[in-house]
Amino acid sequence: MTAVTEIEIVARDRQLQARALHWGLAGALVLACLASLQVGATEVTLSAMLAKLVQGEALSQMERVVLFDIRLPRLAMGVLVGAALAVSGAAMQGLFRNPLADPGIVGVGAGSGLGAILAIVLGALLPAWVIDLVGNQMVPFAAFLGGWGSTILLYRASTRGGRTSVATMLLAGIALGALAGALSGILVYMANDTQLRDLTFWGLGSLAGASWAKVLSAGPLILLAIGAALMLGRGLNGLALGEATAAHIGIDVQRMKSIAILAVAGATGAAVAVSGGIGFIGIVVPHLLRLVSGPDHRTLLFNAALLGAILLILADVIARVVIAPAELPIGIVTAVLGAPVFLWILLKRRGLVDL
Amino acid sequence: MSLTAENIRVSYGPREALRGVSLAAQPGEVTAIVGPNGSGKSTLLGAITASLPYRGTVCLNGRDIATLKPWELAAERAVLPQASRLAFPFTVIEVVRLGLQSGTAGDRPEVPMQALARVGLAHYANRTFQELSGGEAQRVMLARVLAQVWAPVERGQPRWLLLDEPVSSLDIAHQLQVMEIARDFARAGGGVIAVMHDLNLTALYADRVAVLASGQRLAFGSPREVLTDDVLSCAYGCALRVSSPPPVGIPYILPHAASA
Repeated sequence: MTAVTEIEIVARDRQLQARALHWGLAGALVLACLASLQVGATEVTLSAMLAKLVQGEALSQMERVVLFDIRLPRLAMGVLVGAALAVSGAAMQGLFRNPLADPGIVGVGAGSGLGAILAIVLGALLPAWVIDLVGNQMVPFAAFLGGWGSTILLYRASTRGGRTSVATMLLAGIALGALAGALSGILVYMANDTQLRDLTFWGLGSLAGASWAKVLSAGPLILLAIGAALMLGRGLNGLALGEATAAHIGIDVQRMKSIAILAVAGATGAAVAVSGGIGFIGIVVPHLLRLVSGPDHRTLLFNAALLGAILLILADVIARVVIAPAELPIGIVTAVLGAPVFLWILLKRRGLVDL
Repeated sequence: MSLTAENIRVSYGPREALRGVSLAAQPGEVTAIVGPNGSGKSTLLGAITASLPYRGTVCLNGRDIATLKPWELAAERAVLPQASRLAFPFTVIEVVRLGLQSGTAGDRPEVPMQALARVGLAHYANRTFQELSGGEAQRVMLARVLAQVWAPVERGQPRWLLLDEPVSSLDIAHQLQVMEIARDFARAGGGVIAVMHDLNLTALYADRVAVLASGQRLAFGSPREVLTDDVLSCAYGCALRVSSPPPVGIPYILPHAASA
């Protein structure tokens, strides 16, 4: 019944493209890491240090401190946080079936922030054994709980009968963000001087406070969350067809949604706990990748981790050099790059985002 | 091996949408569910596809679907929803591949193109799904569903196509095309259950018809047994006259009598 010529149409396979992109992005990530180690507020450069090492000279005390105690932990944190923000953005967009869902925009970041502030201000009131048990994980873990609670609330509020309304999602996100902000404000009032200093540093939204201790406190949760998110590819593809159809094609929707919410909350919470609120990475990265290699989550999530790390590292480099020796908060850099993209999606792709 | 629904009850809040409906569909046949708006047609299909909570028993090829995992169900039956929205700019072929991945033909990469060709849309393979018209989108979704249960019989077991108003947004040529596809699937040994609005297409293509009204089954049987003046007038609450053209003997329904 069908003309033979029709069968001979070659169907494009964007998955091949996406898998090639894995390698390209991995290479770019290596370059970005080198760039990040190269530049900074001091004259110390990676190339000079490498030249020294090649000639058999020892590094000076200053060089060792700059490299191992300042730039490397900062780089490690940039990679972790960038990957976490991009993956949680991609996973959240898949979960909400909408390219505008981003933990930072819809209040999940604020919820995580509230968790972190709670831990900083009231953490000392916990029984000693709890403090011993969670150790340096307390702030990231509290941020994770805050993010988890707000993601669940948001999903409940904006999903009716298996369909998510963007308008409700964004509005509920505003309310959620405002509430979390207000509660955070009350806590700030209650804080003592030491806590206030911690809070100020924490809230800068920057990688400037990076240390190995912070990398170790947030790293495990971020890696766990990203690992969980990477397994959601097929499920999120199915969910793009709606909850009912996802179930019809064999996906355990409830289980998949729970994992997605936990992964989003874990990655966002841990990232917020160590870097404050860095916006728009979660929107920009998945969107760029979808333009290049399509929306298939089986490859999108992994590519998002790579590109998120690259973008955040580069944004951090920009933040460090633009007004050196002073430093721009990295949140400003990502917002300048990201906010226009958000607007562009909103205006150009209105049909797609169901507004 | 059949698909049976026994004494299905579904409530939306205090309102009972289905009040103990039973249905037995056989492989090799197209079973149509018809009835007026709000009679519970789609609700019955929703129970059969385990999309909404129900009381009663649904057995698919002899196994209670309540005991089956989503992926076990997906290997035996595919479901075409009434309307489909897609969240991200997948291409047409990518949408059809989603069906392939969930079925048991996952190792046959040629199936999606064949399924698209079956609905006459192979030349749209690389288009974005969102560019399609409503009718085209509906046919692409049918191709996705076909890719999921590509072989109507597998390992001696029939597989099932469950279609919720498959022709609702199609022009007449494509209505016929889609009904032909459903009938071919049944003739090849698979089972088809379709919720239908169009009584004439039902008369043409269905082997068995269930007529629902107010959440109850009014009649069940071959089109000739069921599509009668009395049953239809009672179900739809208006005077309907069923006729049959002499050479074929298939009943057809004209609404002209209702206003007379």
